[in-house]
Amino acid sequence: MLTWLSLLFLALFSGAAFMAGRSRALKSSGGSKAKLHSLPNYYGLYAALWAGAPAALLLLLGATFGGRVEDAMLQAQRPAAVQALTPDRQDVFFSDVNAVATGQAASEVSYDGPLRAAFDAKVVEAKRIDGIVSYSVLGLAGLLALAGFLLATPRINTEFRARNRVEGWIAGVLIACSIAAVLTTLGIVMSLIYESWRFFESVSPLSFLFGTEWAPQIAMRADQVASSGAFGAVPLFAGTFLVMLIAMLVAAPIGLYSAIYLSEYAGRSMRATIKPLLEILAGVPTVVYGFFAALTVGPLFRAFFNGIGEQMAGGPLDGIAQYLMQVQNQMALVAGVVMGIMLIPFVSSLSDDIINAVPQSLRDGSYAMGATKSETVKKVVLPAALPGIMAAMLLAVSRAVGETMIVTMAAGLQAKLTANPLDTVTTVTVQIVTLLTGDQEFDSPKTLSAFGLGLTLFVVTLGLNIIALRIVQKYREQYD
Amino acid sequence: MTDASLSPSGISPGAPAARPAESARDALLKKRHRSEKLFRAQGMAAIVVAMIFLVVLVGRIVAQGYSTFETHTLTVPVYLNPERIDVNALEGVNYDYIVAEAMMKKLGVQDDDLGTTSGKIMDLTSRDFGNQLLQMVKKDRSLIGKTVNVTGSVKADADLYYKGEIKRSTAEEDRKLDNQQLDWLDRLKKDGTVQTGFNTKFFTNSDSTEPEQAGVWGAVIGSAMMLFITAMIAIPVGVLAAVYLEEFAPKNRWTDIIEVNINNLAAVPSIVYGLLGLALFINWLHVPRGSPLVGGLVLALMALPTVIIATRSSLKAVPPSIREAALGVGASKAQTVFHHVLPLAMPGVMTGAILSLAHALGETAPLLMIGMVAFVPGAPENFASSATVLPVQVFIWENASERAFHERTAAAIIVLLVFMILMNATAVILRRRFERRW
Repeated sequence: MLTWLSLLFLALFSGAAFMAGRSRALKSSGGSKAKLHSLPNYYGLYAALWAGAPAALLLLLGATFGGRVEDAMLQAQRPAAVQALTPDRQDVFFSDVNAVATGQAASEVSYDGPLRAAFDAKVVEAKRIDGIVSYSVLGLAGLLALAGFLLATPRINTEFRARNRVEGWIAGVLIACSIAAVLTTLGIVMSLIYESWRFFESVSPLSFLFGTEWAPQIAMRADQVASSGAFGAVPLFAGTFLVMLIAMLVAAPIGLYSAIYLSEYAGRSMRATIKPLLEILAGVPTVVYGFFAALTVGPLFRAFFNGIGEQMAGGPLDGIAQYLMQVQNQMALVAGVVMGIMLIPFVSSLSDDIINAVPQSLRDGSYAMGATKSETVKKVVLPAALPGIMAAMLLAVSRAVGETMIVTMAAGLQAKLTANPLDTVTTVTVQIVTLLTGDQEFDSPKTLSAFGLGLTLFVVTLGLNIIALRIVQKYREQYD
Repeated sequence: MTDASLSPSGISPGAPAARPAESARDALLKKRHRSEKLFRAQGMAAIVVAMIFLVVLVGRIVAQGYSTFETHTLTVPVYLNPERIDVNALEGVNYDYIVAEAMMKKLGVQDDDLGTTSGKIMDLTSRDFGNQLLQMVKKDRSLIGKTVNVTGSVKADADLYYKGEIKRSTAEEDRKLDNQQLDWLDRLKKDGTVQTGFNTKFFTNSDSTEPEQAGVWGAVIGSAMMLFITAMIAIPVGVLAAVYLEEFAPKNRWTDIIEVNINNLAAVPSIVYGLLGLALFINWLHVPRGSPLVGGLVLALMALPTVIIATRSSLKAVPPSIREAALGVGASKAQTVFHHVLPLAMPGVMTGAILSLAHALGETAPLLMIGMVAFVPGAPENFASSATVLPVQVFIWENASERAFHERTAAAIIVLLVFMILMNATAVILRRRFERRW
């Protein structure tokens, strides 16, 4: 609230600086715009930027990191009574102090005796520190604003290159914005590596990558350090691979064939109707596909396989029949098929672009030799488009591996090392979701293992993308 | 392409040396035409299959969800018996029982000592009746001792019976309502006590543990607040970054790195952004868990690459002659870009931005990571309070065990899809109306 109010004041101040800068410039030139180096507004902007921008930046930094600074100051000195508590309880203690100091509801832990005294003292201290920090940020911001204004305005005269200065600011902002994208990547990599590092301190990377038993629930308590067998991710990789494979078996032929049909056979009007419809399929949120998988496709497949099982029961294949009769809603096949449906428009639109990029002269040459349309497609167009199509398939695979909601809702939770599509499997993304939803503490290997899985997922999808780009760059035929 | 790959056997029937006999050539031609037809049919089949999937997906969800928009309400005169209402402890009164008494009077049945009948009746009426009575009595104590008319929804199972989801033909022990309850429901329907109407509560209520009370209002508001944050961050930052990369950046290794980086970011699985949000915003910066603020921040990072890519392509589409003309009359680089190029590219930019926001609206997985799975019985009060959003609401309801929630899940999906279609339609209209072809 204080931050918003001060930002509002700052905006007003900076507006005033704008007017002051502008009128100073006009005054210095005797009211003539033509004698100024830049347009009058640039002088105003110059003054306003110096008055507003540094102070605003400080205020925003204060709002973002002020709490951390306050926490550090508050926790620098821990009374003996607090030090006697376990680290977890100390955290609760300090979060309660903060809650009481800011007038929010604290946890239900009660503090007695010396702890109570320490608590009350800390509450007072927290309020004091909060006052010091927020007012010093405010004061500093005020000083900055004033200093910026006082330093910037005297420089304004007819010769001053205000436009160039302002454009310098603009360039700075633009660069900062494009660096934001790089910072995002850096943030992803750093946070994944940092948390995974903490995970790999208790579980060796080798047993994580090559272990065949996944049972993170076993290692729930802190004193029960993860037995190395519990975090073997191979069943997850196998499940992910199985679901991905089924999805690609559905999406690759349907997507590719429909792209071929749309680009080679379909007339203009058919393209104009089918493409938007495919885009609708592409725009449906994945949670909707998940719902569809869990409540429509799952029961349908189950009924289908149970029915087959009943037909076969008592026959020569009784063992299989008994198995089929027990198939559940949640199976790899359901998740895979629905994910395949989701990927059809993705594969189809990528392949469509690639097929259209093959020059018409190649087709014309083939027709001139007497080839039929399908022969041209199979023997001329597809070979020419092959690198692009390979890349499209790899991108689809990367999408399938990273897809979360469908598998979370339809594949199941049991980590099994199986190649049976009728079995329930679990995938990397499902486990990340299960491990991290709900309450969690951040030092147990159980929650940290999610970051290990996330790092693996990130590396694999990134690798697939890079390979796809490489294939396109390396094998693309240059036609013009 | 070389000639060699063009002439496998059968394609070059014109080779004079080994000209096949007339009949053999016809057979070959027939075969080739057959395979042509087959190939074409395969392509057609692929499209038909994809369209069938689309129709089944949408049709199934509409079929499951449309019944939510119909609801059954019940109006009953309730005698606020002074013996049962303790004026000193209004909150503690069992209003549900008072309602059940009124219903028993209406149906002409008696309660036994165990309260079996009243219990059965309470299974048919929503807890909303009791709440309404409490609010009425709190507001105006003089109502005690009088008879008031109360209207509320029937309980979810009764609603399902009216909609034909629970059938009398099912064995009694397999359904949630027994024969007596079904008889009562039939009577209430027949004498007009139960009315069928449009379910406005679904749109005005927020999440609730009772299906008949649950609605999407809180989720819609949560989604709107979250998208606001996303738009406020992703659009300015993304557009400015694209302007820099497209118009100002020198061509060197750094800008190459940024470019490759952005293309790769666009393909990072959304769940990884959730992990980033958890580690960066929640654990490090202590942004409140499950708030629209943290959700908006995560989705903004996710939408950033798509906004950048869309903006760059529409900046590219502005012809260089515009820039040259502006520079020619003495505009600076920045003036050229911000006075001419960017405004001309704006329709494309806005289309791309809206499409990426629509995508962000449907995103679920990263939000599960940052604690948006809690039960939130109301719209968020501010950007830092706990919230739920539409896709997450879908996920939560899908997990609920009550059958009535499944119908609501499909209805929430319909609401979500309507919003997405609206956003996409806006984007298409913007593109059609304002886009210029050079």
